[in-house]
Amino acid sequence: MAGNLFEEIIFWLLAATTIGAALLVVHVQSLFRAALLLIVSFLGVAGIFAMVNAEFLAVAQVLIYVGGIAVLVIFAVMLTRDVDRGNLGTPVQPVALLLAAVLLGTLTYAVVQAEWRLLPEDLPGPLAAVFVDTPAQLGRLLVRDFVLAFEVAGALLFAAVIGALALVRER
Amino acid sequence: MLERLLILSVVLFCIGLYGVLSRRHIIAILMSIELMFNAVNVALVAFSRYVTPADLGAPGGLAENARYVLTGQGLAVFVIVAAAAEVALGLALVIALMRRTDTLDITAVNLMRR
Repeated sequence: MAGNLFEEIIFWLLAATTIGAALLVVHVQSLFRAALLLIVSFLGVAGIFAMVNAEFLAVAQVLIYVGGIAVLVIFAVMLTRDVDRGNLGTPVQPVALLLAAVLLGTLTYAVVQAEWRLLPEDLPGPLAAVFVDTPAQLGRLLVRDFVLAFEVAGALLFAAVIGALALVRER
Repeated sequence: MLERLLILSVVLFCIGLYGVLSRRHIIAILMSIELMFNAVNVALVAFSRYVTPADLGAPGGLAENARYVLTGQGLAVFVIVAAAAEVALGLALVIALMRRTDTLDITAVNLMRR
Protein backbone atom coordinates (compact mmCIF):
# COMPACT_ATOMS: atom_id res chain seq x y z
CA MET A 1 0.00 0.00 0.00
CA ALA A 2 2.91 2.34 0.75
CA GLY A 3 4.10 1.93 -2.85
CA ASN A 4 0.67 3.00 -4.06
CA LEU A 5 0.70 6.13 -1.93
CA PHE A 6 4.14 7.02 -3.27
CA GLU A 7 2.84 6.57 -6.83
CA GLU A 8 -0.16 8.81 -6.07
CA ILE A 9 2.08 11.58 -4.75
CA ILE A 10 4.39 11.37 -7.78
CA PHE A 11 1.43 11.42 -10.16
CA TRP A 12 -0.17 14.50 -8.62
CA LEU A 13 3.19 16.30 -8.50
CA LEU A 14 3.80 15.57 -12.18
CA ALA A 15 0.24 16.51 -13.15
CA ALA A 16 0.42 19.78 -11.21
CA THR A 17 3.81 20.64 -12.75
CA THR A 18 2.62 19.87 -16.27
CA ILE A 19 -0.62 21.84 -16.03
CA GLY A 20 0.92 24.73 -14.10
CA ALA A 21 3.72 25.11 -16.63
CA ALA A 22 1.25 24.84 -19.53
CA LEU A 23 -0.93 27.58 -18.01
CA LEU A 24 2.12 29.82 -17.64
CA VAL A 25 3.17 29.09 -21.27
CA VAL A 26 -0.05 30.67 -22.53
CA HIS A 27 0.03 33.41 -19.90
CA VAL A 28 3.52 34.93 -19.52
CA GLN A 29 4.42 37.95 -21.63
CA SER A 30 8.00 37.01 -22.44
CA LEU A 31 8.22 34.49 -25.27
CA PHE A 32 11.61 33.27 -24.06
CA ARG A 33 10.17 32.40 -20.63
CA ALA A 34 7.23 30.71 -22.33
CA ALA A 35 9.67 28.50 -24.27
CA LEU A 36 11.50 27.54 -21.06
CA LEU A 37 8.21 26.75 -19.30
CA LEU A 38 7.24 24.64 -22.30
CA ILE A 39 10.30 22.48 -21.53
CA VAL A 40 9.06 22.02 -17.94
CA SER A 41 5.67 20.93 -19.27
CA PHE A 42 7.31 18.46 -21.70
CA LEU A 43 9.38 16.96 -18.86
CA GLY A 44 6.25 16.54 -16.74
CA VAL A 45 4.56 14.65 -19.57
CA ALA A 46 7.69 12.48 -19.94
CA GLY A 47 7.36 11.57 -16.25
CA ILE A 48 3.70 10.65 -16.76
CA PHE A 49 4.74 8.41 -19.68
CA ALA A 50 7.29 6.66 -17.48
CA MET A 51 4.56 6.01 -14.89
CA VAL A 52 2.22 4.21 -17.32
CA ASN A 53 4.69 1.72 -18.82
CA ALA A 54 5.67 3.87 -21.81
CA GLU A 55 9.43 3.90 -21.21
CA PHE A 56 10.35 4.30 -24.87
CA LEU A 57 7.99 7.25 -25.27
CA ALA A 58 9.32 8.88 -22.10
CA VAL A 59 12.86 8.79 -23.52
CA ALA A 60 11.65 9.86 -26.98
CA GLN A 61 9.74 12.72 -25.36
CA VAL A 62 12.90 14.02 -23.68
CA LEU A 63 15.08 13.53 -26.79
CA ILE A 64 12.66 14.89 -29.41
CA TYR A 65 10.55 17.45 -27.55
CA VAL A 66 13.06 18.81 -25.06
CA GLY A 67 16.22 18.20 -27.09
CA GLY A 68 14.81 19.01 -30.51
CA ILE A 69 11.56 20.92 -30.68
CA ALA A 70 12.13 23.14 -27.63
CA VAL A 71 15.65 24.06 -28.79
CA LEU A 72 14.28 24.85 -32.26
CA VAL A 73 11.58 27.06 -30.73
CA ILE A 74 14.16 28.87 -28.58
CA PHE A 75 16.31 29.48 -31.68
CA ALA A 76 13.30 30.91 -33.52
CA VAL A 77 12.45 33.10 -30.51
CA MET A 78 16.01 34.46 -30.45
CA LEU A 79 15.89 35.22 -34.19
CA THR A 80 12.74 37.31 -33.92
CA ARG A 81 11.96 40.71 -32.42
CA ASP A 82 9.51 41.77 -29.70
CA VAL A 83 10.55 38.85 -27.52
CA ASP A 84 9.84 40.60 -24.22
CA ARG A 85 6.29 41.69 -24.91
CA GLY A 86 5.51 39.45 -27.85
CA ASN A 87 2.97 37.29 -26.09
CA LEU A 88 0.06 39.75 -26.17
CA GLY A 89 -3.51 38.55 -26.49
CA THR A 90 -5.81 39.04 -29.46
CA PRO A 91 -9.19 40.79 -29.31
CA VAL A 92 -10.97 37.41 -29.37
CA GLN A 93 -9.46 36.35 -26.03
CA PRO A 94 -12.80 36.14 -24.10
CA VAL A 95 -14.33 34.04 -26.88
CA ALA A 96 -11.28 31.75 -26.82
CA LEU A 97 -11.61 31.36 -23.05
CA LEU A 98 -15.30 30.52 -23.40
CA LEU A 99 -14.65 27.98 -26.18
CA ALA A 100 -11.85 26.27 -24.25
CA ALA A 101 -14.00 26.14 -21.08
CA VAL A 102 -16.96 24.65 -22.96
CA LEU A 103 -14.72 22.02 -24.58
CA LEU A 104 -13.15 21.26 -21.20
CA GLY A 105 -16.56 20.72 -19.61
CA THR A 106 -17.88 18.59 -22.47
CA LEU A 107 -14.83 16.34 -22.70
CA THR A 108 -14.58 15.91 -18.93
CA TYR A 109 -18.26 14.92 -18.84
CA ALA A 110 -17.66 12.44 -21.69
CA VAL A 111 -14.63 10.92 -19.94
CA VAL A 112 -16.49 10.47 -16.66
CA GLN A 113 -19.69 9.17 -18.28
CA ALA A 114 -18.13 6.70 -20.73
CA GLU A 115 -18.01 3.01 -19.82
CA TRP A 116 -14.47 1.97 -20.66
CA ARG A 117 -13.62 -1.64 -21.48
CA LEU A 118 -10.79 -1.69 -18.98
CA LEU A 119 -8.06 -4.30 -18.87
CA PRO A 120 -8.34 -6.51 -15.76
CA GLU A 121 -6.46 -5.34 -12.65
CA ASP A 122 -4.30 -8.47 -12.59
CA LEU A 123 -3.05 -8.66 -16.16
CA PRO A 124 -3.10 -12.16 -17.69
CA GLY A 125 0.41 -13.62 -18.23
CA PRO A 126 1.11 -12.63 -21.86
CA LEU A 127 -0.10 -9.04 -21.34
CA ALA A 128 1.96 -8.61 -18.18
CA ALA A 129 4.97 -9.86 -20.17
CA VAL A 130 4.35 -7.16 -22.82
CA PHE A 131 4.46 -4.45 -20.16
CA VAL A 132 7.73 -5.84 -18.78
CA ASP A 133 9.80 -5.18 -21.93
CA THR A 134 7.68 -2.46 -23.53
CA PRO A 135 10.38 -0.97 -25.82
CA ALA A 136 11.17 -4.34 -27.45
CA GLN A 137 7.48 -5.12 -27.99
CA LEU A 138 6.83 -1.62 -29.32
CA GLY A 139 9.71 -2.02 -31.77
CA ARG A 140 8.26 -5.32 -32.97
CA LEU A 141 4.89 -3.62 -33.44
CA LEU A 142 6.37 -0.67 -35.35
CA VAL A 143 8.66 -2.47 -37.81
CA ARG A 144 6.49 -5.57 -38.26
CA ASP A 145 2.80 -4.68 -38.09
CA PHE A 146 2.99 -0.97 -38.89
CA VAL A 147 6.02 -1.08 -41.19
CA LEU A 148 4.29 0.80 -44.03
CA ALA A 149 3.22 3.65 -41.74
CA PHE A 150 6.73 3.65 -40.27
CA GLU A 151 8.32 4.16 -43.71
CA VAL A 152 5.75 6.83 -44.62
CA ALA A 153 6.66 8.65 -41.39
CA GLY A 154 10.30 8.61 -42.47
CA ALA A 155 9.36 10.01 -45.88
CA LEU A 156 7.24 12.70 -44.17
CA LEU A 157 10.20 13.81 -42.03
CA PHE A 158 12.45 13.88 -45.10
CA ALA A 159 9.95 15.98 -47.04
CA ALA A 160 9.55 18.31 -44.04
CA VAL A 161 13.31 18.88 -43.83
CA ILE A 162 13.55 19.61 -47.58
CA GLY A 163 10.52 21.89 -47.36
CA ALA A 164 11.94 23.80 -44.39
CA LEU A 165 15.25 24.29 -46.22
CA ALA A 166 13.45 25.50 -49.35
CA LEU A 167 11.36 27.96 -47.31
CA VAL A 168 14.26 29.64 -45.52
CA ARG A 169 16.62 29.75 -48.51
CA GLU A 170 17.90 33.24 -49.33
CA ARG A 171 16.84 34.35 -52.78
CA MET B 1 -6.33 5.83 -13.03
CA LEU B 2 -7.58 5.97 -16.66
CA GLU B 3 -10.06 8.73 -15.90
CA ARG B 4 -7.56 10.99 -14.18
CA LEU B 5 -5.02 10.57 -16.99
CA LEU B 6 -7.70 11.41 -19.55
CA ILE B 7 -8.79 14.46 -17.56
CA LEU B 8 -5.15 15.59 -17.37
CA SER B 9 -5.01 15.19 -21.15
CA VAL B 10 -8.27 17.13 -21.61
CA VAL B 11 -7.05 19.99 -19.40
CA LEU B 12 -3.73 20.20 -21.30
CA PHE B 13 -5.57 20.15 -24.64
CA CYS B 14 -7.91 22.95 -23.62
CA ILE B 15 -5.02 25.09 -22.34
CA GLY B 16 -3.36 24.57 -25.73
CA LEU B 17 -6.58 25.44 -27.57
CA TYR B 18 -6.98 28.61 -25.52
CA GLY B 19 -3.36 29.53 -26.34
CA VAL B 20 -3.84 28.94 -30.07
CA LEU B 21 -6.97 31.09 -30.20
CA SER B 22 -5.90 33.90 -27.91
CA ARG B 23 -2.20 34.60 -28.57
CA ARG B 24 -0.95 37.19 -30.99
CA HIS B 25 2.59 35.98 -31.70
CA ILE B 26 3.01 33.13 -34.20
CA ILE B 27 5.67 31.35 -32.14
CA ALA B 28 3.39 31.44 -29.09
CA ILE B 29 0.69 29.79 -31.21
CA LEU B 30 3.15 27.09 -32.33
CA MET B 31 4.06 26.42 -28.68
CA SER B 32 0.36 26.03 -27.82
CA ILE B 33 -0.03 23.56 -30.69
CA GLU B 34 2.84 21.53 -29.20
CA LEU B 35 0.94 21.46 -25.89
CA MET B 36 -2.08 20.04 -27.73
CA PHE B 37 0.05 17.34 -29.39
CA ASN B 38 1.36 16.41 -25.94
CA ALA B 39 -2.16 16.17 -24.55
CA VAL B 40 -3.14 13.77 -27.33
CA ASN B 41 -0.10 11.62 -26.58
CA VAL B 42 -1.02 11.41 -22.89
CA ALA B 43 -4.50 10.19 -23.86
CA LEU B 44 -3.08 7.60 -26.32
CA VAL B 45 -0.65 6.20 -23.77
CA ALA B 46 -3.37 6.04 -21.12
CA PHE B 47 -5.67 4.12 -23.49
CA SER B 48 -2.80 1.80 -24.38
CA ARG B 49 -2.23 0.95 -20.72
CA TYR B 50 -5.79 0.66 -19.39
CA VAL B 51 -8.24 -0.13 -22.21
CA THR B 52 -8.70 -3.54 -23.85
CA PRO B 53 -7.88 -3.38 -27.57
CA ALA B 54 -10.24 -5.17 -29.97
CA ASP B 55 -7.30 -6.94 -31.68
CA LEU B 56 -6.69 -9.09 -28.59
CA GLY B 57 -9.53 -11.38 -29.67
CA ALA B 58 -8.02 -11.95 -33.17
CA PRO B 59 -7.17 -15.51 -34.26
CA GLY B 60 -3.98 -16.84 -32.72
CA GLY B 61 -4.93 -16.41 -29.09
CA LEU B 62 -3.79 -14.02 -26.39
CA ALA B 63 -0.10 -14.96 -26.50
CA GLU B 64 0.07 -14.25 -30.26
CA ASN B 65 -1.77 -10.91 -30.07
CA ALA B 66 -0.54 -9.57 -26.73
CA ARG B 67 1.65 -6.90 -28.37
CA TYR B 68 -1.42 -5.16 -29.86
CA VAL B 69 -1.99 -3.78 -26.38
CA LEU B 70 0.77 -1.30 -27.31
CA THR B 71 -1.06 0.03 -30.40
CA GLY B 72 -1.75 3.31 -28.59
CA GLN B 73 1.95 3.81 -27.90
CA GLY B 74 2.75 3.06 -31.55
CA LEU B 75 0.26 5.74 -32.61
CA ALA B 76 1.88 8.15 -30.13
CA VAL B 77 5.23 7.59 -31.90
CA PHE B 78 3.62 8.72 -35.17
CA VAL B 79 2.09 11.74 -33.41
CA ILE B 80 5.60 12.72 -32.23
CA VAL B 81 6.88 12.37 -35.82
CA ALA B 82 4.05 14.56 -37.11
CA ALA B 83 4.75 17.13 -34.38
CA ALA B 84 8.43 17.26 -35.29
CA ALA B 85 7.64 17.77 -38.98
CA GLU B 86 5.05 20.41 -38.10
CA VAL B 87 7.37 22.44 -35.89
CA ALA B 88 10.23 22.30 -38.43
CA LEU B 89 7.99 23.59 -41.23
CA GLY B 90 6.18 26.03 -38.95
CA LEU B 91 9.37 27.68 -37.77
CA ALA B 92 10.69 27.82 -41.35
CA LEU B 93 7.47 29.64 -42.30
CA VAL B 94 7.97 31.97 -39.32
CA ILE B 95 11.48 32.87 -40.50
CA ALA B 96 10.28 33.38 -44.09
CA LEU B 97 7.40 35.58 -42.86
CA MET B 98 9.75 37.55 -40.65
CA ARG B 99 11.96 38.32 -43.67
CA ARG B 100 9.05 39.41 -45.82
CA THR B 101 6.81 41.39 -43.47
CA ASP B 102 9.08 42.28 -40.54
CA THR B 103 6.41 41.32 -38.00
CA LEU B 104 5.10 38.14 -36.42
CA ASP B 105 1.88 39.62 -35.09
CA ILE B 106 -0.91 37.59 -36.69
CA THR B 107 -3.28 40.54 -36.53
CA ALA B 108 -0.85 42.55 -38.69
CA VAL B 109 -0.04 39.93 -41.33
CA ASN B 110 -2.19 40.45 -44.43
CA LEU B 111 -0.05 39.21 -47.34
CA MET B 112 -3.00 37.41 -48.93
CA ARG B 113 -5.19 40.51 -48.90
CA ARG B 114 -2.97 42.72 -51.03
